[in-house]
Amino acid sequence: MSSQIIVTGVNKVFRTPEKDVVALKDINITIEPGQFVCLLGPSGCGKSTLLNAVAGFSLPSSGTITASGVPVTGPGPERGMVFQEYALFPWMTVAQNIAFGLEVKGLGKAEIAAKVDSLLDTLSLKDFRNRYPKDLSGGMRQRVAIARVLALDSPIMLMDEPFGALDALTRRNLQDELLRIWKAFGKTILFVTHSIEESIYLADRIVVMTYRPGTIKRDQWVDIPRPRDPADPAFNELKRELGRLVMEEQQRHAADELKLAAVD
Amino acid sequence: MKRFKTILHGLIVPVILLVIWEACARAGLVSEVVLPAPSAVALKWWQSLLPAQPFDPAAGTYLAWAFSGELLHDAYASMFRVLVGFAIGAGLALPAGLLMGANPRIYDLFNPLVQVLRPIPPIAYIPLAILWFGLGNPPSFFLISLGAFFPVLMNTIAGVRHVDGIYLRAARNLGVKPLTMFTRVILPAATPYILTGMRIGIGTAFIVVIVSEMIAVNDGLGFRILEAREFMWSDKIIAGMITIGLLGLALDVAMNTLNNYLLRWHRGLEH
Ligand SMILES: Nc1ncnc2c1ncn2[C@@H]1O[C@H](COP(=O)(O)OP(=O)(O)OP(=O)(O)O)[C@@H](O)[C@H]1O
Ligand SMILES: [Mg+2]
Repeated sequence: MSSQIIVTGVNKVFRTPEKDVVALKDINITIEPGQFVCLLGPSGCGKSTLLNAVAGFSLPSSGTITASGVPVTGPGPERGMVFQEYALFPWMTVAQNIAFGLEVKGLGKAEIAAKVDSLLDTLSLKDFRNRYPKDLSGGMRQRVAIARVLALDSPIMLMDEPFGALDALTRRNLQDELLRIWKAFGKTILFVTHSIEESIYLADRIVVMTYRPGTIKRDQWVDIPRPRDPADPAFNELKRELGRLVMEEQQRHAADELKLAAVD
Repeated sequence: MKRFKTILHGLIVPVILLVIWEACARAGLVSEVVLPAPSAVALKWWQSLLPAQPFDPAAGTYLAWAFSGELLHDAYASMFRVLVGFAIGAGLALPAGLLMGANPRIYDLFNPLVQVLRPIPPIAYIPLAILWFGLGNPPSFFLISLGAFFPVLMNTIAGVRHVDGIYLRAARNLGVKPLTMFTRVILPAATPYILTGMRIGIGTAFIVVIVSEMIAVNDGLGFRILEAREFMWSDKIIAGMITIGLLGLALDVAMNTLNNYLLRWHRGLEH
């Protein structure tokens, strides 16, 4: 199965009592199987909206999205999602959280146990298998969330600022882990972030978005060989360039906020 | 050692009060009918705990004899009514609450009725309960289940309605179908609310059982203390009240233990 994502002519308008918010305007992207793509942009530019449309949680107002050759009409396990808020089920232990998707799929007990064991191993969670999420650190929780999605064997992984709430060290750690998993499992990854450095560290390709309406400002390939070093001149060169692009949008965002404040 | 000190500390006020009470009673400051000495109450409590007849192997087993005391019989009768009534009330409220919480149509259909009925105290149903069910246990069961029904219903509805959308989204992403969503996601997510409702419900049930026993049956702790009043046995009344208090405490401890076990995953319960 090819794990291509094709977004064609996608628009999304949120109708609110005061006014209509054009969150996405004429978005066209094709993400090839096995690509690691970051969506980058300031707060409110529509990154989550686009990701949720691909995930099938909130369909576009117009335009089409196909994933692995099938039009997206709703959420499904072939497009596993990792949320910023972890979204682990707090009443299930680590192992139960990972097993849940497999039970839903209807796999046999032995098969589930074997798979859960191997994933606990992959993400260094062995010692935590019987803990509840409340007893885990943020980094550990996000590991569980990643394991839960890996369990689904989904060819496509969608991630909405998954490391946004973590400290710098844990964050780097999980980024490396994610790159390792991406290579080992050959996933197609669509990853939302507003950290320029994170996007350069991870992505094959960075899609920079504009603020209101959300359009594609720049489709940037990252040719720096991995493992990438943030101290590397090429890394910094790209960082400056992207920083300039994001800052322009950030300023429009700030101006908008000021306008809103003046109305109040 | 620390624990021992805390317990000792907690005993100071009750012991002082008991000593004053005993002194007043012995000095004849208050009539025995108004306020019997604590020692008399304790003695009465102990007497009614023990079997009234000497052990007779022909009449039954030793165990049956050991539990034949009036107090134990009454405590058992009251507890039985609470548990049956609660099981009926909560057993109906739980599925009703799940349905009303999950389905806005059903909610809109039944909510007005619930809002009208809910404020009527179960005790106001006593006359109707007797007309409908006559005497004996059935009216008690009816009243107690009413007392348990509404707290469980309201909290279950609230619990289902307050399930965090992120869990629903995560579950839909995993490919969960509606039935599994209900049993494995919505129900567990709502348990903190449901258990709160059950706790309030069993408290109400316990109040209602005492009142209902004062009207339609001839055993149980409520009946016993009312009966004692007719003979002006205030020591027996107070002994009965203390038993009611102890049973209430036991129910609360039991609910708390269940709560802690079922919600061991819950954030708010770290010790
Ligand atoms: N349900 C909604 N109703 C109305 N407006 C919405 C809704 N969801 C999002 N928006 C608006 O759409 C725009 C894009 O939102 P989105 O959440 O996609 O931004 P984002 O890029 O993910 O931002 P952040 O970095 O803060 O997560 C924002 O201006 C937001 O106010
Ligand atoms: Mg977002």
